[in-house]
Amino acid sequence: MRKGQYRFVAGFLFIPVLLYVVFVIWPYIQTFGYSLTDWKGQSQTFNFVGLDNYKALFQDDVFMAAIWHNLQFLVFIPVITILLALFFAFMLNAGGRSRAGGVQGVAGSKFYKVVYFFPQVLSLAILAVLFNAVYRSDGGGLLNGFLIKIHLVDPNNPIEWLNEPNVVLWALMVAVIWQGVGFYLVLFSAAMQSIPKDIYEAALIDGANRNQSFFRITLPLLWDTVQTAWVYLGIIAMDMFVLVSSMTQNMGAYGGGPDHHSDVMATVMMRNFLYYGKSGYACAMGVIMLLLTLVLSVFTLRVTRRERIEF
Amino acid sequence: MGSTSGENENNGTAGVGRRDLIRRSAALGLISVPAMGFLSACASGGGSDDNSSGNDQGKTSKSNPFGAKKGTKLDVVIFKGGYGDDYAKAWEADFAKDPGITSTHTGTQEITGKLQPRFNAGNPPDIVDDSGAQQIKVDVLYKNGQLLDLAPVLDAPSVDDPGKKVRDMLIPGTLDPGIQEGKVVALNYIYTVWGLWYSGKLFKDKGWEPPKTWDDFIKVCQAAKKDGIGGLAHQGKYPYYINVAIMDMIAKKGGLDAVKAIDNLDPKAFVGSDAAQAGVEAIYEVVEKGLLMPGTNGLTHTESQTRWNQYKAAFITCGSWLENEQLKQTPADFDMKFLPMPLLPGSKMPFEAIRAGSGEPFIIPAKAKNLPGAKEFMRHMLSKEWSTLFAKEANSLTILKDGVDASVKLRPGTQSTVEASKAAGDNTFRYLYPDWYSEMDTAIQNASNELMAKRIQPKEWLKRCQAAVDKQAKDPASKKNRHE
Repeated sequence: MRKGQYRFVAGFLFIPVLLYVVFVIWPYIQTFGYSLTDWKGQSQTFNFVGLDNYKALFQDDVFMAAIWHNLQFLVFIPVITILLALFFAFMLNAGGRSRAGGVQGVAGSKFYKVVYFFPQVLSLAILAVLFNAVYRSDGGGLLNGFLIKIHLVDPNNPIEWLNEPNVVLWALMVAVIWQGVGFYLVLFSAAMQSIPKDIYEAALIDGANRNQSFFRITLPLLWDTVQTAWVYLGIIAMDMFVLVSSMTQNMGAYGGGPDHHSDVMATVMMRNFLYYGKSGYACAMGVIMLLLTLVLSVFTLRVTRRERIEF
Repeated sequence: MGSTSGENENNGTAGVGRRDLIRRSAALGLISVPAMGFLSACASGGGSDDNSSGNDQGKTSKSNPFGAKKGTKLDVVIFKGGYGDDYAKAWEADFAKDPGITSTHTGTQEITGKLQPRFNAGNPPDIVDDSGAQQIKVDVLYKNGQLLDLAPVLDAPSVDDPGKKVRDMLIPGTLDPGIQEGKVVALNYIYTVWGLWYSGKLFKDKGWEPPKTWDDFIKVCQAAKKDGIGGLAHQGKYPYYINVAIMDMIAKKGGLDAVKAIDNLDPKAFVGSDAAQAGVEAIYEVVEKGLLMPGTNGLTHTESQTRWNQYKAAFITCGSWLENEQLKQTPADFDMKFLPMPLLPGSKMPFEAIRAGSGEPFIIPAKAKNLPGAKEFMRHMLSKEWSTLFAKEANSLTILKDGVDASVKLRPGTQSTVEASKAAGDNTFRYLYPDWYSEMDTAIQNASNELMAKRIQPKEWLKRCQAAVDKQAKDPASKKNRHE
């Protein structure tokens, strides 16, 4: 009995652990190994160079700027997405006029919920195509076309949204947020619906207004879900490879322009790995990315740790 | 065992068991890491044994100099981009008949994605058209020792005239871009010319003359602007294109010396070079006078080329793949025409001089399984029959001298490139640094993008480009490349 139980548990654990080791842990270890070499990416010949790649990394302005861009994404994408999603979710679930019936969403909330979810079903590649059409740099672009129609932009001098150093990061963020809000809205809605209505009704009876019931009841009870959303969005913000490489001005390969103003760690890494043939150096970037992501997830989980309320 | 003791044991082991389990699984992890190392050493280190030519080596003869063996297989990977891959299928069909070697054909845009793992594992294909945005850079492959020196193919007797070597049947200079450290390791198969393009119909309707000097070029652009269309369009999202125009202005102004100064990483390649300054200031004049097609700096190649096809700009800069790439978007009466870059006063090269040369590198991996077959395939590529097949299927010329049967009628754009390269004669030039130094090329393109957006001035452009050159010159490996 006892032995059988042990084997039973080990049997279940063995395969997942093995898979994890082979496909996750081992590649990380390999990457670390390659990061200490001058590997050029297309054969298995290379020399050991110690920590030279890491030293060069911290003097690489392009990579340092890329980290900074990722950090900016990391702050703004989760904050804006979560705030918008929370606001919409609250309006859809508890934001309606309070009638005798108690708490409910604004009129047509079921319809909105479906509509808000639409962008989420688009793949990132389609998102890039869509927003390329929005930001297109001549009168054929949605934004420029509109602004030219209302005479805010000179047709001979349209705004090159993705070719403006100060605009490009924000333009990318808008695309990500536009896509993300719907999903987190649905996530938060589900969580809100599991909050018992009587708590709201009790608050209503005590004379709480919308703001008060949101900040005193909804937000605290949603904290777990917000935390999950934060981690997911943080992962998206640390990546951004697809949108940057398919929307921005080409810096040799994988976008990143103008003048590296939209480069993120992943695009710089790929450019070095494949286009420049500096694969060992790129592996060092990969290791730094891993470390940063680890630090951030630990940090996020620590900071947002709260007491759990059961209901 | 009694039931009581059994229960006790169970209670006891539950705790121990958990701890035990964790301990043992940790141990398991420790064991499995080196074990995996062993496995993956097999996976990544394999293929280093030189087992090529083993079974695929047949008898050599005059008509079969490499001993390509009938009944063997050839693994062909073709970049399926602007030229499609139908030409390669036509070749393969012919190859299955003549030496009797059947091919497995892969047409793809993802050269890197499909082939990088195969190169690393030591089982690459036999012949590869390594082109397109996702090509594996030839300099990178070469440095990794993955490329076959193509000298035996080039010194073999030509298919059309066995008395001559293959290399003597080619347009002079077309092998140069495939040279790494003195060896031809890539066969740049397609003959391309670069310059400006315009619509014969638009120019006829408006009464414009194709300009020969830079001043006339500016005048046509200004006339275009007056008529409400752009002067010059370029594929701004890929600064490669406008960079070609800038570098061509420099080359024509300063002659081959200016080209070599840049390729050979001269400390005065840009800063301190009058030609470089004149060239970049000329292009900047277009920007400053507002003669670019509005918004062109942010458009992709298809977007801007299609706009140009819609008569929204007088000129566009491109290589001769343009016609084939725009087949569907070009109006029937568009009358596409090629124009060499107009001349600045005091230029060392004549107006007819053009950037011309070979593109679309075909490579034979050093570790190819069927080396004799691959070499024979390449020898056939450089025959008039296969070159004509290519011109028919892909609307472009190859590096074979006089390589198209007179029976094939060319489209207007391609025809105008044939005339332009005849007029140019020996006055052709070609930069080699993009094939040697990807990183320096990127830095120069980046500076050009900033220049077109008016964020930097020509002076700053020169400084940035010189900095890129100086940085590259510090790499000891760059000493082996020389543009003579």
